[in-house]
Amino acid sequence: MDADSLLLSLELVSGSGQGLSPDRRASLLTSLMLVKRDYRYDRVLFWGRILGLVADYYIAQGLSEDQLAPRKTLYRGAPLLSPQVQIKEETRLVSVIDQIDKAVAIIPRGALFKTPFGPTHVNRTFEGLSLSEAKKLSSYFHFREPVELKNKTLLEKADLDPSLDFMDSLEHDIPKGSWSIQMERGNALVVLRSLLWPGLTFYHAPRTKHYGYIYVGTGEKNMDLPFML
Amino acid sequence: MGDLPPYPERPPQQPPDRRTSQASQRQYSRDQVQPPAADPEEGQQIAPDAQRNTPGWSQRGSLSQQESLLMPRAFQAEEARIGSMEYPSMNTGFPLEFQPQPYSDESRIQAAEVTTSLMQRLQQGQSSLFQQLDSTFPEPPVNPLDPFNLYQTDHFSEGAQHGPYIRDDPALQFSPSELGFPRYSAEVPEPEPLELAVQNAKAYLLQTSISCDLSLYEHLVNLLTKILNQRPEDPLSVLESLNRTTQWEWFHPKLDTLRDDPEMQPTYEMAEKQKALFTRSGGGAEGEQEMEEEVGETPVPNIMETAFYFEQAGVGLSSDESFRIFLAMKQLAEQQPIHTCRFWGKILGMNRSYLVAEVEFREGEEEAEEEEVEEMTEGGEVMEAHGEEEGEEDEEKAVDIIPKPVWKPPPVIPKEESRSGANKYLYFVCNEPGLPWTRLPHVTPAQIVNARKIKKFFTGYLDAPVVSYPPFPGNEGNYLRAQIARISAATQVSPLGFYQFSEEEGDEEEEGGAGRDSYEENPDFEGIPVLELVDSMANWVHHTQHILPQGRCTWVNPLQKTEEEEDLGEEEEKADEGPEEVEQEVGPPLLTPLSEDAEIMHLAPWTTRLSCSLCPQYSVAVVRSNLWPGAYAYASGKKFENIYIGWGHKYSPENFNPALPAPIQQEYPSGPEIMEMSDPTVEEEQALKAAQEQALGATEEEEEGEEEEEGEETDD
Repeated sequence: MDADSLLLSLELVSGSGQGLSPDRRASLLTSLMLVKRDYRYDRVLFWGRILGLVADYYIAQGLSEDQLAPRKTLYRGAPLLSPQVQIKEETRLVSVIDQIDKAVAIIPRGALFKTPFGPTHVNRTFEGLSLSEAKKLSSYFHFREPVELKNKTLLEKADLDPSLDFMDSLEHDIPKGSWSIQMERGNALVVLRSLLWPGLTFYHAPRTKHYGYIYVGTGEKNMDLPFML
Repeated sequence: MGDLPPYPERPPQQPPDRRTSQASQRQYSRDQVQPPAADPEEGQQIAPDAQRNTPGWSQRGSLSQQESLLMPRAFQAEEARIGSMEYPSMNTGFPLEFQPQPYSDESRIQAAEVTTSLMQRLQQGQSSLFQQLDSTFPEPPVNPLDPFNLYQTDHFSEGAQHGPYIRDDPALQFSPSELGFPRYSAEVPEPEPLELAVQNAKAYLLQTSISCDLSLYEHLVNLLTKILNQRPEDPLSVLESLNRTTQWEWFHPKLDTLRDDPEMQPTYEMAEKQKALFTRSGGGAEGEQEMEEEVGETPVPNIMETAFYFEQAGVGLSSDESFRIFLAMKQLAEQQPIHTCRFWGKILGMNRSYLVAEVEFREGEEEAEEEEVEEMTEGGEVMEAHGEEEGEEDEEKAVDIIPKPVWKPPPVIPKEESRSGANKYLYFVCNEPGLPWTRLPHVTPAQIVNARKIKKFFTGYLDAPVVSYPPFPGNEGNYLRAQIARISAATQVSPLGFYQFSEEEGDEEEEGGAGRDSYEENPDFEGIPVLELVDSMANWVHHTQHILPQGRCTWVNPLQKTEEEEDLGEEEEKADEGPEEVEQEVGPPLLTPLSEDAEIMHLAPWTTRLSCSLCPQYSVAVVRSNLWPGAYAYASGKKFENIYIGWGHKYSPENFNPALPAPIQQEYPSGPEIMEMSDPTVEEEQALKAAQEQALGATEEEEEGEEEEEGEETDD
């Protein structure tokens, strides 16, 4: 979620049960601001919180002007130094974040647009999805370079808008049904939760430009998903 | 100022005045025809602008190349409109005395007027800009396009700078800039070809296609108006999206106030329901009495306080959601006879989520419903008993005695009574605050045993079937109840000393040491310092009973025969009584500290945390379960609370292995009377037949031989 709208986003994402305590919120606001200044990022996202046994990691990501360029990830927390384990916890953390990003970081259709010159930009005139669109999985895209897009048939591609539909949509995710899409707050908020990586929550208030995602969890994939559907 | 072309002397004022007054009269008549949407504003705004514009226009002597190109184009567009036949009647109104020379003057004046007022209105951003300007222009007959005319537009535009003509303001008719117009009369040829070109261009722009009503002209008008109204920064970069938005808005006009927006209907319905939560029951006159009553005891706990503490720990729903839950529980308390209740937590589902309230009824209230349920099941059992008896009789009558099946279903373990064990509390669920609460049925041991073997997501609908192996005895409501029971048994904790055993004698000897199952609050509880709570798990205890592998909290020997079972088939049962002995299952007793909990593969089952490390003196001790992710408990001073928000599944470090299907059942054993042999093949059958025939033939020959011998003997 955007660091600029952190408080509102945390409020809207609280339906999943995990949030941040007030002292954490306060410290995060400050530190995200400093990160933005020090690293000269265009946008800073608060990615989430990975729960550990002893302490938690707080992760932030910085984005440059081109939204789809590789992101820099920053974490705060004390990595365990356990000499017995082969892998350093830091490496493991980074790989987990990367996996989660590639798998389940999502964005609503129309929030980013691609210019003919290449880079993707934030769409400042994005007014939000309508209610009927918000309930469909096809209105949400993976926030990463497209993988399946080129496999689409020409007929399907003819309906796409090249400036908006340049990322994979969630419709064809495997396994089917790995996304739970719900309306909360009396239908005023649409919340998508990933069942593959439990803890990933995406929210969007239809007809407004508020959206974001956060991951709060232990960083483990739910390998039992096919049994659970 | 230096590059302004010199003006010839202005002709006497009268003709221009006459012309302008006539023109203004014509404009007034036209205004009545057209919808005067922006008229009053225009009239007011033009006047002050005129004064501003005059110096501004004169300073704009040196137009940049782009502007000069732009202006003639706009001017051409204007002329195109001028040439349109919207008001054909006006064409005929031209008096013949307006010969070419003064005519061209007037047209030039009008052209200049048009362009200047066009520029003014571009500055003011009037939406009916072009339409209004239309009215200012007379309708001269158009001529075929003359290329020479195109070059003259520059002169026109330059001349336009000096003529901020405002049609409605008579005072400005005398502006000095108009003095310069008549000098052009000698230089400019007829404007008719230009008019025609402009008219053609405008007609082209105005055409609409079959598919939509919007013409390019109108769209551009809307777009430019929108840009000028909103004044975005760097408009060129957002031009495409603005273009798209303008088009969209044309086809999706704001609905009028009488019609409802169909998309938002469910949202509004939900809001209505939640609004009902906020209204108090009873009228205004009773308000005061209610205040007094409500200040007293309500069974609903202080959910807001709990939510506040959990928020310190970073857990829980947002505060307005918590408040709605509080109101919903209050509503529940009014509808049901509730003694105590508690917000248990939230279980997330795929389509909808469940809010769970843990409730204890008042004494004697719930038994009515329970009895109804039991009667139905008992009736079912009696029917089955009759069926079995009849079946047995039939079997005895049949000639072939079919071997009776030896298999008997394993005895059903009876579920626990209400208010005891796993069924100590009643649970109500709803999907969202404002929706009605549904009561969950009691849980049976079979359901708990099965729930341990499967792992399924909840859909959000209580009557959805649970498709699994082993087949779950019930639908999602039962599965939900079973998971709630397991979570409660495993994760409901309290600080050591908050609860104590009630002083009763003889508890320990009952049921072979099943342990006490009742506790009460300790009035002398002093509270444990937060730091100690965080340091050691021994300071926390479970206050719900552990569920045995059998599926109950108190053990029941399944082989104990009830009276009904003894009536049927006594012979069969005696045969079965053999070596089946069931060991009694024992679990940890109530109020066991958490330090006794088993580890999960070297993983501590609980994690403790201070809510805020920066201010330990005011923070709250938080305990998080690693076995059931989403279960939290906090304690601070004398207060504590538990909550669960999650998917409702246990954590297992290994992958889930579904139960394997049962082994293939054995057929009846082979014995002397029943032996399985393979059928003879065709060759064997034929060989046997041939052998039999041979044997038959041999015996016949012998017989014939004997008869012949006998026959021979008689002959002698």
